[in-house]
This record gives sequence, structure tokens and C-alpha cells, in this order.
Amino acid sequence: MTPSQTSAAPALLSKRIIDFTNHMRANGFTMGPQECIRIAQHLSSKPLPTMQRVRLELKTLLAGDRQEWSRFDDLFEAYWIKSGRTRASLQQKSSPHITRPERPAPLWQQHLSDNRPEGDGKTPQIEFETGDQPAGKASGRLIAAKHSVNRKTDLKNIVDPDEIRAAEALALQLARAMRYRLSRRYKTAKKGNRLDLRKTIRSALPRGGEPIELFRRSTRPRPVHIIVFLDVSGSMKHYSRFFLQFVKGLVCAWLHSDAFVFHTRLIHVTDAVRDRNSARAMTRLALMAEGFGGGTKLGECLGQFNRHYARKMANSRTVAIVLSDGYDTGAPEKLEAELARMKKHIRKLIWLNPLLGWKNYAPITAAMLAARPHIDYFAAANTLESLAALEPQLAQL
Amino acid sequence: MSVINDIGSKLAAVGYIADEPLSVALQLTLDLARPLLLEGEAGVGKTETAKALAKVLDTRLIRLQCYEGLDATSTIYEWNYQKQLLAIRAREHDRLSSSAIEKQIFSEDFLLRRPLLEAISQEKSPVLLIDEIDRADEEFEAYLLELLSDFQVTIPELGTIEATSRPYVILTSNGTRELSDALRRRCLYSYVEFPDHQRELDILRAKLPDLEANLASEIVGFVQNLRKEDLEKKPGIAETLDWAAALVGMDVHSLLDDPDKVTSSMICLLKTESDLKSAPRELVSRLAGKAA
Repeated sequence: MTPSQTSAAPALLSKRIIDFTNHMRANGFTMGPQECIRIAQHLSSKPLPTMQRVRLELKTLLAGDRQEWSRFDDLFEAYWIKSGRTRASLQQKSSPHITRPERPAPLWQQHLSDNRPEGDGKTPQIEFETGDQPAGKASGRLIAAKHSVNRKTDLKNIVDPDEIRAAEALALQLARAMRYRLSRRYKTAKKGNRLDLRKTIRSALPRGGEPIELFRRSTRPRPVHIIVFLDVSGSMKHYSRFFLQFVKGLVCAWLHSDAFVFHTRLIHVTDAVRDRNSARAMTRLALMAEGFGGGTKLGECLGQFNRHYARKMANSRTVAIVLSDGYDTGAPEKLEAELARMKKHIRKLIWLNPLLGWKNYAPITAAMLAARPHIDYFAAANTLESLAALEPQLAQL
Repeated sequence: MSVINDIGSKLAAVGYIADEPLSVALQLTLDLARPLLLEGEAGVGKTETAKALAKVLDTRLIRLQCYEGLDATSTIYEWNYQKQLLAIRAREHDRLSSSAIEKQIFSEDFLLRRPLLEAISQEKSPVLLIDEIDRADEEFEAYLLELLSDFQVTIPELGTIEATSRPYVILTSNGTRELSDALRRRCLYSYVEFPDHQRELDILRAKLPDLEANLASEIVGFVQNLRKEDLEKKPGIAETLDWAAALVGMDVHSLLDDPDKVTSSMICLLKTESDLKSAPRELVSRLAGKAA
């Protein structure tokens, strides 16, 4: 592209390309000025081919994975062919003033204080009631204790030091159990089963090439990365408090960890949980976790994770722990698809279901059945004891 | 720096039938000299693409098969330690200073070139195939980023080795693991689908020119329908070719002739036990009937 060429007509094209870049970015493509320049250079380097060809070329240039590959055609068509309609929606989508509703904590506070009694009464408990209630009471020490406590003080009162300490200690213990996964990468080590020839020869040079000092290499275990997903929907409310402590213990004690809470949305709470002031952390967390209540959209929440966080956070040493009863108001097919996608990002999936500890309970909800094939380890978690019993199993994962 | 226009027909000439998105992607790879990331299910011919491209360009194909734990010593370079030790021994009585010896034994003569270094030090641009990149771990992706963006390799003892020619890089992935955004952004991308009826027929004709025309179209129709069934592992192009060869070997002239023979030859197409069980004689004859 020569500068003289960029006169009237190309200027229009440049503007269209910049708009197109914005349009694609608004629709979730990773695009920056570099991509924009690349398109412009490509399109102006030779006479424009047919629309179909341009579409394929830009698709190759801009798509980054299969999802983008399959979405590209529609987006391309929407912009270049039916341009009027999309621009309106584009402006709406790319507006910098729209923020995610889950972000600002202060707003939550207001929302909660205004709606608290009403929201509290609304929280559905139907699914919970359908379970085997008496058996649950019998096995769950913590549940029984909480039945008498009202919700509000329950959350404020979260700082019972003994209970916190017990939950935190347990969380740390569990994290330690699955702490290290062997990597296959070799590093210099004092004791190892392979010789580090490069180092050995270098150090042998001053001694006339006599390899007196041997250096070794071995594979080094590396810490696992733990991501916890905690279900805080209505049906889980009796366990939320206890699990929140568990999550806090885990995230504070284990450096390589992240925490999410979810109900109808997924909320990233690692920072809130890491707050050193324990009371403040729990309050912040409780505020973030409350509010929406109502149903659980497991599939959608895991989908949010897959889209927004998975690539940045997850790697081949990631173990995901889902704490949920599996009562889902979303479609089970969606959950299954998202779990399958998630499994590509992580190494192991552990599902801890508090209801599983109950007598006569069988995980036969549609969501649980859909999820089952993707779960590497499925266990009960309704008391501290049952969590502690996980340790040996987790160590084997 | 376009070397070749109209890559699609050139590929067809060497027996590789590419659909339009793939030929566009390959054309861009040649024009822009950027790496191309091919994704798609196993058996859609991703690896073949690189081989065919090397044939069209009449250049070397350098292949790197990825696995977990792959590191610099097996992909970029390694010192030839045995030779170094021998050299030190041989020069023991030359009374050279240790720094002089060091200079000698850390020279290019003692360097073992691994595929990636090999690929950037060719006279003529080779095709570098990095196969199943999703099997390697994240650390290897990091090595690769350096190479793919600068086309140079730094060896501490020797200095920086610049590329003598830029290889055409093709990466393939089966999508068992998500690749990092950094890697994706450096690459062109194309998702390879299973071929449609016409393209698969063309491939079959190109690879097995002696195949009877009606059998060929029956085979393709059968496989196309079989892929729509709920299978663990859908048969790829290689499986179709194997099956066609097997049918010819078994002296089958039409799929409807001998359902038993056809059913027993399903081992060419279906590679897991449950898939084989899910394709009983009835299903095979139904699909064969549809295809004919």
C-alpha cells in the first residue's frame, strides 16, 4: 500500500474497516489495531476479489478458534451486507458505559438492603424439600444447627472462630492432599535419574574434560491449580455458609487457586475471599453471593467460565471442584456441553454434592445425570467429616 | 512474496483435493508468510495438507510430532556431548587454554540440529509441520512463540542464529486442549471439516483411480451417512480409503451384493469396540441401501 493510494475511496474503506474491527471486537473477537492494519494492508494489496473470497480470507485472518470460525460468517454478513441493522446493536453493545451487573459491590449493598425481606421470602426451597429431609438432618450436624438461625444473622455471624478454623484447616489439608502433579519436564536437580550433560561438560572443561562432578536432572513435581465453583442458589443455602468458609480456607492457604460463586450468574470472588480481614471478606462475599437467589443455571455459569476465564486461568494442572447439589433450572444438554468444553481446559473435575450424603438419595436429577460422565470424582460433602474423608481419594487423583 | 497463485488446483495436481476455505487459507499462508493453525477432527486430512503443500512447493517437509514434556533439547538444538568429550580428550596434549577449548567445542560443528532449528536454516523455505500441538504442554508453546514471531534461535554459547529462509509453518490440533491466545493470534486459522460428498468422491478417485465408478459413489454415500450416526470416533478420509481398498481386495463390486462381507469389513471404518457393536448387520445394510 503506497501513501498516495490512500485518497478518497480508500479513506472510506479504512473507515469501514475500523468500524468492522469494532463490530467484531464487540462480538467477542480478540482484535486490536494490529489486526485492523493487517486487514487494511491485505485488502489494499491487490484488486478486491469477490465477496465470497474476501469473506474466506478475513475469516482465516481473524478467527482464532472453532467457535469464532463458525460465528464469523454471520457477523461478516451482518456488517458488510445488512449493515443498517447491526450498527444500531453494535453501538449498544460496545458502549463503554455498560458494566457487568456483578461487578460493583456498593450497588449490591443497596439492592440487598432494599429487597432483603422480600427476596428472602422468595428464595425457593421447593427442590430442597423434595429431598429426603429427615435423613439429611440425621447426618448433617451443621445443617441442624443452622435451621434455627435466621438468614440475616447467619451471614453476618459468619465469624465463629472455631468453625472457621476447622473449615480452613480442613480445606488446607485437602489442598495438600492433591498438591503436586508430576510434570514431564526435566530440570536440574541434586538427585535425579538423568545426567545433565550440558552442565557436566561445562564444569569438566577446567579439569581437562574429566567429568568429575556429575550434575543431574529430574522431573519436578509442580503444584496443582485449584478452581472452586460454589453453588449459592436457594437450594444450597443451608450449606453455603459452611462451604464459604471452606472456600476461603482453600483460597487463602493455597496460592494457586481461584474461587467462583454462582447461582444464575458466575461471579469471580478470589480477590474478595483473599481479603485478610476475615469478617470483611465474608461480608463482601456474602453480599456478592446473595441477591439473585432463585434458580441455578449451571450450564450457563460454566459457559461463562469457559468463555471469559478458562483460557487465562486453567492449564493442564488445574483441578476444578464444583460444590453443588445439581438442581439446575437450565437445560441439561447445555450443562453437558459446557462441562465437556471445560474438561478440555482442565485436568480433573471433582463434584462434591451435599445431598449425596443423605440416605436414599440418588443423583438422578437431569443435570446430575448429564454431568456424571464428565466427573472424575463424585462424592458427598455435607459435613466436615465427610469432607475430611475425601483426603485419601483426592490424593490419588 | 507470493510464490504460487491458485494453490487449490496445484494441490489437486499432486492428488490432494482441498475445499475452498482450506485453499484460501493455504494461499494466505504463502502470501503473508504467517503460520497456519489447522483444527478439526482426527482424520480430516490436516497432516496430509502439509505433505501436499511440500510437494507443490517442491521443498522439504520437516515434521515435529508433539508430546507432553517436549523441550528445547529435542525440538531446537542440543550439543553433541559425546563428540565434545572426545574432542576434549583429543586435544588434551595440545596445551590449549580452557577458554580456547571451550570456543572449539561450542561451535556449530558440535551442534545437533533439531527440527525447529533445522527448519530455519535451510537454503530453500521448507514446510514445517508441527503436528498435534495440543499434545505438547504450555511451556512448549512458549518456545514456539519466540520462533514463530522472530524466526531466530538464541543459543547462549553461540549467539543468535537467524533464519536463512522462512519456513511455511503449519500447526495442527485435534482440540484436546485449548491453545493459548498468544499462539492463536500469531497464526492464521482454518477449521477443517469432513469432506462433502463430491469432494470425498474426488479424493477417492485421485487416490484409487482403478476403483469402479458406481462402487466409489456407493462407498462415499455409505461413509457420509455413517458419519451422521452417533459414533465415538467418526471415520476419517484415511478410513474411507482403507475401506475402499479392502472392498476391492475382497472382490466386492457393490455394497448390496454381500452384506456379510461388508459388515465384516467395517473394522476398517470403525475403530472402537462400542462403535463396532453399534453398527450391526441391519444398520450396515440399511446404509448400503441408502447409498445405492
